Amino acid sequence: MDILNALVAFLNFVFIPGVAYGAQLALGALGATLIYSILRFSNFAHGDTMAIGTVFVILLTWGMQGMGISFGPLPTALLALPFGIVLTAILLLATDRVVYRYYRRVKAAPVILVMASLGVMFILNGVTRFIIGTSDISFTDGERFIMTAGDFRESTGLAEGLAIRTTQGVTLVVAIIAVGLLFWFLQKTRTGKSMRAFSDNEDLALLSGINPDRVVAVTWIVAAALATTAGTLYGLDKGFSPFTYFQLLLPIFAAAIVGGLGSPIGAIAGGFVIAFSEVMVTYAWKKVVTYLLPDSMAPSGLIQLMSTDYKFAVSFLILIIVLLVMPTGLFKGKSI
Amino acid sequence: MSGAQMTSQAAAAGPARGLLLAAFVAALFIATGMFQSWTLALLIVNMALISSIMALGVNIQWGYAGLFSVGTMGFVALGGLSVVLVSSAPAPGGWSAGGTGIVLGLAMGAATIAAAVMAASKMAPGRRRTVIVAAILIIGFFLFRAVFDPAVQAVEANNPATHGNLGGLGLPVLLAWPVGGLLAAAAAWAIGKAALGLRSDYLAIATLGIAEIILAVLKNEDWMARGVKNVISLPRPVPYEVDLQRTQGFVDWALSWGFDPVTASSIVVRLMYTGLFAVVLLALIALSQAALHSPWGRMMRAIRDNEVSAEAMGKDVTRRHLQVFILGSAVIGIAGAMMTTLDGQLTPGSYSPLRFTFLVWVMVIVGGSGNNWGSVLGGFLIWWLWVMVEPIGNWLMVVITSGMADGWLKGHLINSAAHMRLLTMGVILLLVLRFAPKGLLPER
Amino acid sequence: MAEPFLIGDAMTGGYGGADILHSCTIAVNPGEIAVIVGPNGAGKSTAMKAVFGMLSLRSGAVRLKGEDITALTPQARVAKGMAFVPQTANIFTSMTVEENLEMGAFLRRDDIKTTMEQVYTLFPILRDKRYQAAGELSGGQRQQVAVGRALMTQPSVLMLDEPTAGVSPIVMDELFDRIIEVARTGISILMVEQNARQALEIADKGYVLVQGANRFTDTGQALLADPDVRKSFLGG
Repeated sequence: MDILNALVAFLNFVFIPGVAYGAQLALGALGATLIYSILRFSNFAHGDTMAIGTVFVILLTWGMQGMGISFGPLPTALLALPFGIVLTAILLLATDRVVYRYYRRVKAAPVILVMASLGVMFILNGVTRFIIGTSDISFTDGERFIMTAGDFRESTGLAEGLAIRTTQGVTLVVAIIAVGLLFWFLQKTRTGKSMRAFSDNEDLALLSGINPDRVVAVTWIVAAALATTAGTLYGLDKGFSPFTYFQLLLPIFAAAIVGGLGSPIGAIAGGFVIAFSEVMVTYAWKKVVTYLLPDSMAPSGLIQLMSTDYKFAVSFLILIIVLLVMPTGLFKGKSI
Repeated sequence: MSGAQMTSQAAAAGPARGLLLAAFVAALFIATGMFQSWTLALLIVNMALISSIMALGVNIQWGYAGLFSVGTMGFVALGGLSVVLVSSAPAPGGWSAGGTGIVLGLAMGAATIAAAVMAASKMAPGRRRTVIVAAILIIGFFLFRAVFDPAVQAVEANNPATHGNLGGLGLPVLLAWPVGGLLAAAAAWAIGKAALGLRSDYLAIATLGIAEIILAVLKNEDWMARGVKNVISLPRPVPYEVDLQRTQGFVDWALSWGFDPVTASSIVVRLMYTGLFAVVLLALIALSQAALHSPWGRMMRAIRDNEVSAEAMGKDVTRRHLQVFILGSAVIGIAGAMMTTLDGQLTPGSYSPLRFTFLVWVMVIVGGSGNNWGSVLGGFLIWWLWVMVEPIGNWLMVVITSGMADGWLKGHLINSAAHMRLLTMGVILLLVLRFAPKGLLPER
Repeated sequence: MAEPFLIGDAMTGGYGGADILHSCTIAVNPGEIAVIVGPNGAGKSTAMKAVFGMLSLRSGAVRLKGEDITALTPQARVAKGMAFVPQTANIFTSMTVEENLEMGAFLRRDDIKTTMEQVYTLFPILRDKRYQAAGELSGGQRQQVAVGRALMTQPSVLMLDEPTAGVSPIVMDELFDRIIEVARTGISILMVEQNARQALEIADKGYVLVQGANRFTDTGQALLADPDVRKSFLGG
């Protein structure tokens, strides 16, 4: 029995990666849920919005690195992030102007808007590949670790190491700041409240003199900020490749639905539920279990519930269970 | 909306407009044959026929019933799997290595799920039920793994360089087509049970997920179809080119017409495929048209146009939706089996949602949702474009960059031409959706 | 006779199909309560929506303080001092009572504290529940939130579409009392009511509509006393 080492192994391989991934998913799901609650459709282009936002950040990062600008121990991409957000916001506002606005005017069925978002997805995907190609890109720089496994072992004398990568720390801090800003904005500012009112009851919002065009524009800007941040953090942590971002669509929507589509708190909770389930189901528990059990009972197999190739199956299964058991999600989303 | 007026307009414009468009698309293919090569033209025709069937399947779901499913890729892949399972020869030593274990494991998995579903439906809701259902699932899962895993390892260790799988039943490959439809239908039933009857977006997301999972299974379960190691040289329903070239009668026939026997053999083989595919397409269209104009089809459209009032009239909307979802998916599964037959191999790595799911959607929307012939037209037109956009894009880029100095930008632009496809398809989809939402051949 | 403060004059129109209103006239003066009653399907709500600009008129006009506002959108009419409380979905259920009131005052850029105080004085229960989500309140309290939200724009006309639908008789009396109080502050009230008898009792002016046209128009008391009205519309 070695509870301490088991705990460290758990933290190192499950908890810390889960927290970082959960924060990234939560930011992605927040953007999707916000678009759903204001514009009332599931935006299939959201994954590719994250991708292109990240592309902007990568290009700006390269530019900054070329000019010799760095952020000390932190990734330069964080300096580029605000500018990336501005570019993404401009792109999304332009998309809305060219594509979505028309369907709002003619009051098209939500499914038509979803279809239009498929078209946008194709285009963004093409543009992303056009700009940056299809290969994997790592754009993180600065200090690699906040704490290395070796340092941890040395200072604690434990056999297991605990490593915290800078990108994981950055993910958590940035995500907390972003979520804090978002909730402050939605709860305390006039514009944020008007967005909530519009999401709650569109007709009454119009009767109250809330300007729908303004609400929609602000929504796209906020969605751009969330998507670019989520994409950049994910890319810093795990590397950038266009197709991965498209595939993130499934866990992101699963997170949003599990939490309750349209509910911001739900999106955050859903993000962590999905991330932890994915990590825990695909983690080989052999190490942790070996520490906990007496030597005679040491497991021979990997004790892995599912291979990592099936990580999408995890988010999918959770999604199906939620659909079957409580279709409105953990936090009572807008509709079933 | 003045529905009656629009329908009559479409009907009046229908036949002439349809023929004109069909002639235009035919001209595209003839031009491809004349200016490039007939083998290429036939290759595109064959895939266009298959794409048309896929589009037909999506049209049954979307056009008839308004169901928004984006799982096409998964059903296509299931069709492909059926070809391996039905027609490839059994792997020597595969079954004896662990065949029974795998079958037993799968049966136990199925029994576990059935038991859980039964417990959930028979027992009163409450904590007790939750605990028992969870216990059944957890215990069942570990039992399943205990039986299944060693069997799989044994099978996959059996001559992994060439086999490592169970292989198929060695039956005629044409039998795999209906089996592909059945596999897809079974998957559609399971997913439809969970996701239908909720918001339309949920079906979309659930089907997006099931497609990814089917593909993951195909890529990773080597015992089934060798995963990403691919299954090659699947049996064909038509003769091989080399065999034709060796047949004296064929060579004489080709020479008597003044053809090169090698070219003639590949053209004849492709024409045979064309014939087979065309028969299936026409049969499916005949069935779909009959269904569309039957009382069942009228009811489907009534539900699509006004779900609330149909429900008020006592129609079981969710049940009807499940029916139509299964039917459409089965058609897609058939097309998937046909495609793998045409390729002669199953390569799970080549399935991508952009190519198989969303491109088929573009075909349906462009062709005209709700119109079966529209799906065929969309299938031919969009598939031709998909194939041709890349060379056209390349050529365009070369022209655009011809004035540029050689360098990074020029190289980048020329290399990027490959991505023009996605861009073009997105633009086409948006343009049609915006300016001709009823498609080229509107529903009649 | 002088032009009334707000008048929907000889309004004819419908929702695109056949006309629902046939030369229907509805008017109200400051501090007055005007009530529209009539059988089901008489076009009561439609008449009110027409005054508020929620359907386009084929002929007729709507004038506020003598100004022709027929062409204005509902939103523009809100800016002109008209407030509308729909029959259903008339509050932001996920927002607190106070946020509902704030949203009502969205167009105002000045200090809204005094108006909010006035609303809380009018509906004291809302002050106690100000930080509670409006969706968690009882039916009667929700109606108070809805009326309160509408009052936040400091309107000169308050339009209520069946404010007492689905509330208990006690709550209904209570609501009518509040509505009288609102009218005393000089606001014109135009309301559609199912409970014709009770509504006419507090009405300065009553409009009995049948099939989209004016059948009887008089003071509330006179209509209540009219044997024809009693027999046909008030159940004897």
